[in-house]
Amino acid sequence: MIGQIFQITLLSLRNLPSRLGSSSVIVVGIGGVVGVLVAILAMAKGFEASMSRAGQPDRAIVMRGGSMSELSSGMGPSEMAVVGSWSEVTAASGELYLVADVPKRSNQSLANLAIRGVEQAAFKIRPEISIVEGRPFATGRTEMIAGRGAVAEFEGVETGSTIELRNSTWTIVGMFEADGSVYESEVWADLATAQSVFRREGGVSSMRVRLASPDVASVLSQRMEDDPRLDLTLTGEDEYFRNQSQQLTTLIQTFGYGVAAIMAVGAIFAALNTMYSAVSTRTVEIATLRALGFGGIPVVASVVLEALLLAILGGVIGAAVAYFGFNGWTVSTLGGSFSQVAFDFAVTPELLVFGIVWAVGLGLIGGLFPAVRAARLPITTALRGE
Amino acid sequence: MPIVSLKEVAKSYRKGRETIDVLEGIDLDIEEGDFLALMGPSGSGKTTLLNLIGGLDSPTMGSVVVGGQTLGELSGKALARWRSRNIGFVFQFYNLLPVLNAQRNVELPLLLTNLSGAQRRKNAETALTIVGLGDRASHKPGELSGGQQQRVAIARAIVADPALLVCDEPTGDLDRETAEEILDLLSILNREHGKTVVMVTHDPKAADHASHILHLDKGQLVRQAA
Repeated sequence: MIGQIFQITLLSLRNLPSRLGSSSVIVVGIGGVVGVLVAILAMAKGFEASMSRAGQPDRAIVMRGGSMSELSSGMGPSEMAVVGSWSEVTAASGELYLVADVPKRSNQSLANLAIRGVEQAAFKIRPEISIVEGRPFATGRTEMIAGRGAVAEFEGVETGSTIELRNSTWTIVGMFEADGSVYESEVWADLATAQSVFRREGGVSSMRVRLASPDVASVLSQRMEDDPRLDLTLTGEDEYFRNQSQQLTTLIQTFGYGVAAIMAVGAIFAALNTMYSAVSTRTVEIATLRALGFGGIPVVASVVLEALLLAILGGVIGAAVAYFGFNGWTVSTLGGSFSQVAFDFAVTPELLVFGIVWAVGLGLIGGLFPAVRAARLPITTALRGE
Repeated sequence: MPIVSLKEVAKSYRKGRETIDVLEGIDLDIEEGDFLALMGPSGSGKTTLLNLIGGLDSPTMGSVVVGGQTLGELSGKALARWRSRNIGFVFQFYNLLPVLNAQRNVELPLLLTNLSGAQRRKNAETALTIVGLGDRASHKPGELSGGQQQRVAIARAIVADPALLVCDEPTGDLDRETAEEILDLLSILNREHGKTVVMVTHDPKAADHASHILHLDKGQLVRQAA
């Protein structure tokens, strides 16, 4: 049986050059579906990765009770002092988070650039931050460092330039990386200077804290609830960013699957048409093989295999186009805190495999019905080419 | 014992609500080593009868026994296997696979056997030599004349050494001279190689090569000696 399948499939494939035009419809159609699907999901994956990379299990964010994001949060020095005094908190940084309109490089339109005022402890809490160009900002001076993503997306934040932000002039003195996380979409300044210039004296948006261990997060959370002086919530950093990214990731994925599903319907019809046509042009040939003693199942399998091979070829091409065309491509979108988040498309091996699996599914559907027709057509009818 | 025995065979088709009777009450015995020509006007059921004998179709009524095997007892899969071992088919339009050369076309039925590749090639060469095309093994059908293509088809029909050759208008697409060559070849296979040949033809001159001629008219047999 397997030998027959192999032999008939080989015959089908040797026939392919005479059906190159129609066969390429399957390859192009399914390639398009896989390419679009993988590219859109790579966008979601990249955004998700950028957000999740920022989160560490032993780090937590403290915000005002009921706040969903840093932008809507606020806390005062007394609350900061209480949290900073807890023995389970090994480092704490009060941080001011705001946004400013800055033109994007791509189309000069204004978009929200995230500005973060931080204490020196911020760098201890986030050891992944590294200055890759220039130098760190100096305390007490209107200096900033810009994340690599912010530099890629916004005008005027490259090292050495000055930028007007909320009626103040800042000098960009360096560029930093943060392991590709969402922090790279921000510009950072000295907290005290930022509070002064942006008229937020004494107040911060949130606190970043490093915990003695990830387990103490629930203990601290309960302590905050029990302490009447504090109207704060403590959320693990990874959970915070997961929540921030979830809505947009789901939206992108839904859009991606929707577009891919619509395209898939078209690709299936293209595959069906091609394979029906292939079977039709080979009706007499297939009937002759069956007359000679080749079974119906090998005929079905050979037609399905041909469709699968064409579909896989299309899938590989689509996945390759998505990989070489989009992997690492930096784009930005509005993140959870109303600021632009720059991230790279991430065409992961899992996505490539997923794309090929879609191609296999489409090829299977496109090949099965024509195959069954080829095998069920009475030999005597098929020998007449009907 | 006849190699082919048909008892009370009838065949009808449904076309919409209409039933078309193609064959009725066919009783036929074909002896081993016979060369039988089936003649008759178009629509008389010649090809249908040939297809029943070759196991390509099944009767609506009656039984078809070939080589001692009642074909109605076989499943589709078993029938396919039986055809590959017992029947050689020769078609009017040769039905060769255009992407394969003569050698590979002839080898096709042997792919269903357990023969090694080398043995398959050897058998195919022998069959091609028998039909006089030993030197055309590497040619594809498109590079051969009609007569040569039909010879390749005949080589394919005999390569697995079946006892029975069923030939549907084997000279219908050939000129007179080439047709004679093909008919001579079938006669040689019949006389010298002991193949039983059942041939459908419109051509009385082709039928003259047969040892017996049977006429079909409106689905019924009219016997006539050659």
